[in-house]
Amino acid sequence: MHSVVCIKQVPDSAQIRVHPVTNTIMRQGVPAIINPYDLFALEEALRLKDKHGGRVTVITMGPPQAEAALRKALSYGADEIILVTDKAFAGADTLATSFALASAIRKIDETHPVTLVFTGKQTIDGDTAQVGPGIAKRMELQLLTYVSRINELDGASGTITVERRAEGGVQLLKTALPCLVTMLEGTNEMRRGSLPDQLRAARHELTRWDRVAAGIEDVTKIGLKGSPTVVNKVFTPSPRAEKAEMVTVDSGRPADLAVELIARLGQRFPVVEAELARRAG
Amino acid sequence: MSEKFDVIVVGAGASGNAAAYTLAKSGLKVLQLERGETPGAKNVQGAILYADALERIIPDFREEAPLERHIIEQRMWVMDERSYVGSHFRSDDFNKPPYNRYTIIRAKFDKWFSDKVKEAGALVICETTVKELLRDDKGKVIGVEVDRADGRIYADLVILADGVNSTLARKAGFRPELDPKHVALAVKEIHFLPKDVIESRFNIQDEEGVVIEMMGKITHGMMGTGFLYTNSDSISVGVGCLLSDFMEQKITPYQLLEQLKAHPSVAPMLEGGEMKEYAAHLIPEGGYHAIPQIYGDGWLIVGDSGMFVNAVHREGSNLAMTTGRIAAETAIELSRAGKAMSAANLALYRQRLDDSFVIKDLKKYKDLPDLLDTNKQFLTTYPELLNRSAYAMLKVDGEDKRSKQKDIYRGFRAERSLFGLLGDAYKLWRAFR
Repeated sequence: MHSVVCIKQVPDSAQIRVHPVTNTIMRQGVPAIINPYDLFALEEALRLKDKHGGRVTVITMGPPQAEAALRKALSYGADEIILVTDKAFAGADTLATSFALASAIRKIDETHPVTLVFTGKQTIDGDTAQVGPGIAKRMELQLLTYVSRINELDGASGTITVERRAEGGVQLLKTALPCLVTMLEGTNEMRRGSLPDQLRAARHELTRWDRVAAGIEDVTKIGLKGSPTVVNKVFTPSPRAEKAEMVTVDSGRPADLAVELIARLGQRFPVVEAELARRAG
Repeated sequence: MSEKFDVIVVGAGASGNAAAYTLAKSGLKVLQLERGETPGAKNVQGAILYADALERIIPDFREEAPLERHIIEQRMWVMDERSYVGSHFRSDDFNKPPYNRYTIIRAKFDKWFSDKVKEAGALVICETTVKELLRDDKGKVIGVEVDRADGRIYADLVILADGVNSTLARKAGFRPELDPKHVALAVKEIHFLPKDVIESRFNIQDEEGVVIEMMGKITHGMMGTGFLYTNSDSISVGVGCLLSDFMEQKITPYQLLEQLKAHPSVAPMLEGGEMKEYAAHLIPEGGYHAIPQIYGDGWLIVGDSGMFVNAVHREGSNLAMTTGRIAAETAIELSRAGKAMSAANLALYRQRLDDSFVIKDLKKYKDLPDLLDTNKQFLTTYPELLNRSAYAMLKVDGEDKRSKQKDIYRGFRAERSLFGLLGDAYKLWRAFR
């Protein structure tokens, strides 16, 4: 039983501000934290270890200062931490990130076969929810997203049963191991690590992997080169000035509601009314 | 599983960091425990850094510590509601390196200081509160227990650097409950302003800085002072008074700060700034008489926890660093000589403090807190009379100066009898002597 938990160090979005003139995120002085969704994943991995024994490895791809996030993970009780860091990774989008992480996890798998890979459902800075599925695809792992509960892990038959939150209900899913799980928020509460774990985390010799150590040969798949996503423009949406209006009709019939809605739109935007009238001939 | 260290330092403030750094640097095995999320998370200060105290610990700190501005001008304002009478001391001597005093922002400074502690080899554990001291059957302190699983940990010496509240020292019976007459409650805000605005407003350039100390009617007769410090691109402004006075006057600290900020002499200096930080903290101001027992079998007390603050000169962090350093040096010496950390041996710490500026300065002003507490005229009547006199003398209105002087004198006599005036002068001379 070996879980690998992927975490990301993110700016605490509760304390982030956007510069009023340049529209860029003001990161200065904003504390860096472990992506909160990743903590649910880490705690779930630690609980599986409590129950079934085994090992929890925490991995992150990021700049050198991400070390703090990994040490924190260690202080909660993880066994090993790996910082995948290289200038070549800079500017990575979700495609390049999942490529690099998948490669690093395969490397981990060579020495300690991996049973489960955990991620949070998404990060609070990128909000894409793409890296977890991206790793699963590249590693050809079964993928369980938005997991709200792990019901059973059966080592003998090599299966896992989870609850997955879906639109309109909860799915009960069972799949073969190894697999990748992305955890939902609120599924557990991060434990308070013991004093010996704090001491261990403070003393631990950090494992750093550069591109080569992470088993990556193709440099066109990582960093800026491996990232087709382009941020075109960043802007703060201006607050809506106009007031919302509730449209209702006595009959409650959708057709009447549509007529009423068009009439009101016409009143408010004469241009629309004129255009409609022109088209109607 | 329980591990043993040479020294456990409780707290990562100025005194704890000074102690932990000095100890670790000498090669001792040091564990520092901090309850805040990060070292410095719980620390609040004005903040002025006195170079001398830090220089004795980290001689080349100027090259890397995050410092805001070195102070070249000190203003002292005696205020009533609408005006101030003040003195400004500005000297080019303060503009020659190595500089003597700096403004700092503790959040930045403490991170740096704590990194130095870690570099020196101490183990620093945060988000961990020491619940109690562990003792052997003879009562000697042998370690601590923290609020985590398997939380017992041992050491030859425990240094309590846990701040003004020092729950630990109180719980262990080393110190009595805080007396509201012996602690000040201070509040401060940091207002951001562009660098060039600060420099033109205060007539400074480059890294030069100005300090304004304020006293008088701004504190409503409560024992306390206000302050305003220039940082690189922000201004720290705050006010603090004795807790017992706040309780009596029923004024909240933030109201007092709002009034200070609205004072016609203060408001223009803050104009256009954006408030970015609000903080409050207790300051131990009981002075010499309030210093508790600071050493015993297996333990020492340093910094605010030992009431080491010179309220008259608004010095605290330098006393904290100095007591932290001297405590560490005492422990290093005993350890090298193979001597036990017993009360008898640790008494050396107190002796060294007695010989240092720490105790000498606190002794010098030992009666001043009581004097001002029982003689409120120094904080209310005199500042008002002083301002009224200055106004009268400077206003040109056809009245001759001698008559004005007579009026002023009558004003003083009306507020304080001749006997009172002479008595006050004598009391003040005695206290500052």
